[in-house]
Amino acid sequence: MQGHSTYTPGTAFERWLDRRLPIVGLVHSSFVSFPTPKNLNYFWTFGAILSAMLVWQILTGIMLAMHYTPNDALAFASVEHIMRDVNYGWLLRYGHANGASMFFIAVYVHMFRGLYYGSYKEPREVLWLLGMIIFLLMMATGFMGYVLPWGQMSFWGATVITSLFGAIPVVGQSIVTWLWGGFSVGDPTLNRFFSLHYLLPFMIAGVVVLHVWALHVVGQNNPTGVEPKSTEDTVPFTPYATLKDIFATSVFFVFFAWFIFYIPNYLGDPDNYVEANRLATPAHIVPEWYFLPFYAILRSIPDKLGGVICMFGAIVMLFAVPWLDTSKVRSANYRPLYRWFFWILVIVAIGLGWLGAQEPKDWYVFISRLLTAYYFIHFLVILPLLGLIETPKPLPPSISEAVLAKTGQQAHA
Amino acid sequence: MATSTPDLADPSRRDFLYIATGAVGVVGAGALAWPFIDQMNPDASALALSSIEVDISAIQPGQIVTVQWRGKPVFIRNRTDKEMQDVKAVPLGDLKDPQADAARVKKGHENLLIVVGVCTHLGCIPLGHQGEYEGWFCPCHGSVYDPSGRIRKGPAPLNLEVPAYSFLSEKVVKIG
Ligand code: HEM
Ligand code: FES
Repeated sequence: MQGHSTYTPGTAFERWLDRRLPIVGLVHSSFVSFPTPKNLNYFWTFGAILSAMLVWQILTGIMLAMHYTPNDALAFASVEHIMRDVNYGWLLRYGHANGASMFFIAVYVHMFRGLYYGSYKEPREVLWLLGMIIFLLMMATGFMGYVLPWGQMSFWGATVITSLFGAIPVVGQSIVTWLWGGFSVGDPTLNRFFSLHYLLPFMIAGVVVLHVWALHVVGQNNPTGVEPKSTEDTVPFTPYATLKDIFATSVFFVFFAWFIFYIPNYLGDPDNYVEANRLATPAHIVPEWYFLPFYAILRSIPDKLGGVICMFGAIVMLFAVPWLDTSKVRSANYRPLYRWFFWILVIVAIGLGWLGAQEPKDWYVFISRLLTAYYFIHFLVILPLLGLIETPKPLPPSISEAVLAKTGQQAHA
Repeated sequence: MATSTPDLADPSRRDFLYIATGAVGVVGAGALAWPFIDQMNPDASALALSSIEVDISAIQPGQIVTVQWRGKPVFIRNRTDKEMQDVKAVPLGDLKDPQADAARVKKGHENLLIVVGVCTHLGCIPLGHQGEYEGWFCPCHGSVYDPSGRIRKGPAPLNLEVPAYSFLSEKVVKIG
């Protein structure tokens, strides 16, 4: 689906450059003349929102790093110094801390969009895999970033998560000691986390380039899941997608601004305003909200190694989704059964997230086990079986006809 | 064999050179990778903080004192007679990580239990005198330990670790 470039170098300079580095033509064919299905809804704007969030995190992060000190005796005070003394430091820090949450809101919408519309299916498997790699890198970046302010949750979150590797038989404890650079989380740990927290976003940027490249080879999926068949079905990326993306990103940033300016600590944990104390664990350890569903899975298993395997398994399993789903029909709009199971999965994921924040007592543990089991059954049993037993609704012959049928109906109603 | 017609089917001197060069390259990359990996292990200054001395004479029966060793808490518990009787009465078969209480203390000082205060599940610090056996309870994911520091319930796989220690005198213990 690579858009045939309609670009012709205009000025003498462009002609000179085009023979040496055809970069203007590349940008033109990818972001101007690139054919976009004309029926895309607002769920397709989250890619642009994610790109904007990545740029925002890198910008605010680099500025924070100009004032932050990665040392266990000074880190906590340096973040308070950013908040109180540095000009607009509060804006940078609240922007960066809430930015991470916004980044994850956007990525979860983006991923569930993919699950609903079957965007991972042939020929978009590599696109999905690259997306999963970005998701893993984001989780690592978010986790290590949260350690930097060196509050109680930073310290104990780091202890619990790094200790997960201790569940590996035989070499586990050596790996944990190696990760820590000591016999517990400490200054060496903080230093290396800062180094990696600075590095990983740029690796994400690199994988994003591959992700967009893969997207532009196979083209975008769309709400019908039917590939564009003629120029009737598409519109050029600019101005249609460009403006829609800018509009959606602006609305998203208004939502984001509400957090920064009105409820900057809503998504944070008050315990992280207490400096790290290696001799006292907070009464109730919770990770950042975006890790809660996986944390609930970890806690629901009453065995150390088993819990760790299930937690990582819950993430790694998503890599296999293109091969677990046996249905040839992409969009859930034409899959009457899958559609139900999709929404059940959404509720289960949110339910696990809620449970991950509760204390592991009484019936919470039981419900966590139930939902954990369902999560795995969804991907390992329901997804493969549905494709075999479900009768999909008839697909529209083309995107244009689907659009016309819909607007035609509305005109009659 | 001085002809210039290469025989592709036969392993030649050239194949040998390719493989040998590749092998040297791999060994070289491996040799360089080790310093890159090992720089993250505990450094000399972390290894140097290896032992501490603690005065135990003031610890009352029933009391737990927490000291810091290698950046970790260590619990020193002066156990009551009842606590000692309770832990001795537990059949080893009931334990997840079977170990007799006698193997976790020093002869002549059976009342004194010294354990690393790090939950063997995921590293939180358990709370003393809590949980079903009034040993320790870990607030993070609910592991329960008895007054011998042995795991009785919950996700932790092992007993609280007993560090290497020795009595320098009746009053002073050296940990590490
Ligand atoms: C993928 C993009 C990124 C994500 C998801 C992310 C996430 C986070 C999070 C969750 C925190 C903890 C905030 C808090 O509670 O205070 C943090 C802190 C920090 N990050 Fe990032 N970050 C990203 C990119 C960067 C970059 C590129 C830098 C550049 C050096 C950076 C530098 C910092 C610094 C210095 C802190 C400590 C100050 C603070 O706690 O606010 N970050 N990051
Ligand atoms: S860390 Fe103690 S129960 Fe998990």
